[in-house]
Amino acid sequence: MTAAISADGIRQRYGDVQAVDGVSFTVEAGEFYGILGPNGAGKTTTMEILEGVRKPDEGRVELLGMAPWPRNPKLLPRIGVQFQASAFFRKLTARETIRTFASFYGVGPKRADAMLERVGLSDKAETLTDQMSGGQAQRLSIACALAHDPELVFLDEPTTGLDPQARRNLWDLLRDINNEGRTVVLTTHYLDEAEVLCDRVSIMDHGKILHTGAPAALIREIDDTVRISVASGQLPVERARELLTAAGADVATLEDDTVSLSVSTRLPAPVLSVLAEQNALRGLEVRGATLEDVFLQLTGREFRA
Amino acid sequence: MTASTSTEPKVPAQRGGSAGAAGGQERVSAFWSLSRAMLLGMKRDRTATFFILLFPLVFLVFFGSVTKGSTSPHAKVAQVGAVKLFDSIQGDERAGLDKVLTITKTDDEAATLEKVRKGDFDALIKQGPDGQVELRYTAADQVRAGALQGILNSVVQEANQRATHQPAAYVLDAQQVEDKSLKPIQFLTPGLLGWAVATGAVFGAALTLVNWRKSKVLRRLRLAPISAGTVVSSRILVSLLTALLQTSVFLVVATSFFGLKLTGNWWLVIPLVACATLAFMSIGLLAGSVAKTEEAANGISQIIVLPMSFLSGSFFPMDGAPGWLQTVSKVMPLHYLVSSAQSVLTRGGGVMDALPTMGGLLLFAAVLTGIAWKLFKWEDA
Repeated sequence: MTAAISADGIRQRYGDVQAVDGVSFTVEAGEFYGILGPNGAGKTTTMEILEGVRKPDEGRVELLGMAPWPRNPKLLPRIGVQFQASAFFRKLTARETIRTFASFYGVGPKRADAMLERVGLSDKAETLTDQMSGGQAQRLSIACALAHDPELVFLDEPTTGLDPQARRNLWDLLRDINNEGRTVVLTTHYLDEAEVLCDRVSIMDHGKILHTGAPAALIREIDDTVRISVASGQLPVERARELLTAAGADVATLEDDTVSLSVSTRLPAPVLSVLAEQNALRGLEVRGATLEDVFLQLTGREFRA
Repeated sequence: MTASTSTEPKVPAQRGGSAGAAGGQERVSAFWSLSRAMLLGMKRDRTATFFILLFPLVFLVFFGSVTKGSTSPHAKVAQVGAVKLFDSIQGDERAGLDKVLTITKTDDEAATLEKVRKGDFDALIKQGPDGQVELRYTAADQVRAGALQGILNSVVQEANQRATHQPAAYVLDAQQVEDKSLKPIQFLTPGLLGWAVATGAVFGAALTLVNWRKSKVLRRLRLAPISAGTVVSSRILVSLLTALLQTSVFLVVATSFFGLKLTGNWWLVIPLVACATLAFMSIGLLAGSVAKTEEAANGISQIIVLPMSFLSGSFFPMDGAPGWLQTVSKVMPLHYLVSSAQSVLTRGGGVMDALPTMGGLLLFAAVLTGIAWKLFKWEDA
């Protein structure tokens, strides 16, 4: 069976910036695939090349066995795209918006309305889109992308700017979409989102894919790192560094962001005993590695969304 | 991968083989729903409605009211003492004279002369030596001063001729070729209508294009299985409906409230406006293709529409303008719309007056659309 997506060596340059620098990957049908990286990593450009909106300088892309560039009307009904900014016609209600977009695919008003219900916007059907909250607009945008029942769905940072409650609701929706058998490609700069939703994640920075794998597997590869943090203000960073060095602790990172003093280490015991000796255990938290640590290890720098 | 089997059978079934008939139907429904979306959006956008419909109407009402019934230059003349020639005019002739002149009798010559200087009177007449009639006028309004001299001269000539007790050998029978009721409203209506249609079509096309590109609606349309032809033709439909609405509102208001009299072939204004709308849309398309932001699109459109309206005689006739300006106005589509609309609406022009204009406007639209097509960008970057 053909892969849902195969990308091979795609490159895109804007002036002096190499936005995408030789990206290759394959997404199997039915997979929930994530592209994770900070802003400016090249995620959106990669998505645009996959969707067929942009022609890459180099490289080859196939969606469902067909090239997305140049515009291929046979392929278009089989893919659904949700946009980072909510792209709606001006001054239309939610119902009018989804019915209009659905009609482009020959999908009738009944199915469009059902899709609105599906994303929980039935009670907002008569609301103008410019009066909707960020979460409602995102859900409408996703509903518009799904109205024609596509096999392959692209979601570009769908939860950016949403409150935690709205994010969780949206996650449930996205999981359902994938469980129905659709292939979903998601970009995000939220590590927790990638961890919760994706079957497989590619970590991207400076236009390159650094590593690809299941989130759990990626974390397991570096699971020897433990992150210890206590409330800030109990022990100055410099003093902590001296004490930890004196105690022979193997410290990967040490920092104080004015809320907490955090230490990453492979050997938690000496760190904990130093903190205990200094009576600096208020707000103590010890946790295993996350995707954040994976990113740190891959790039040598802190993940900044 | 395995889960996908549950939904996949639905997918091909929906889009299956009958691409022909179903495809055609899809396109039709996409065309109508896209047109409907744009019309609804425009109807709900109060600013757009104001600029497209109400603003030009305000101009029509304003100019229409200001110029209402002020066509014949009626002169006010002060007569100092007795003037034999004028005092002797009686009956029908007197009534005719009163239509164009209001003669006020006074005695104080110096005070009256001062009043003429100030503009309270247009002229002063008094009895000179022998048969002389002295006229002292102000040249503040040269047209009126000229008309006044002409009137008084003809009165004197007529009196001279009568004094010879001979029938007149030559008589001038002058008649205006237009409908005798040709009032300012007759050229204001086509002019302001042209301006309104140009504003609506240029701004409509330019702003829609830039707004769609910026908000990524354009990308969404590009990713939907509809053709560029569907998108363009529905935008044309919306612009045409807007222009025809403007035309009917203008004609109804001008005929009902300002005494516009339509001539026989007035309906030719409909195909004229339709062709002009396409020409103006092509200007807007070009502006929208070049502009990156809505502000820029707005500015470019304004820079084109406003001078074009002045030069094309939308607000006042260009007959008195210098030759080079009139030449400039001849490359502007609005010039042809305004003059042809005047011709068919108020001067009894026929199909042959409108057809060449319509052809020219369509050619203009085709050329500019071609250029816009070359410059067109789907995306910002």
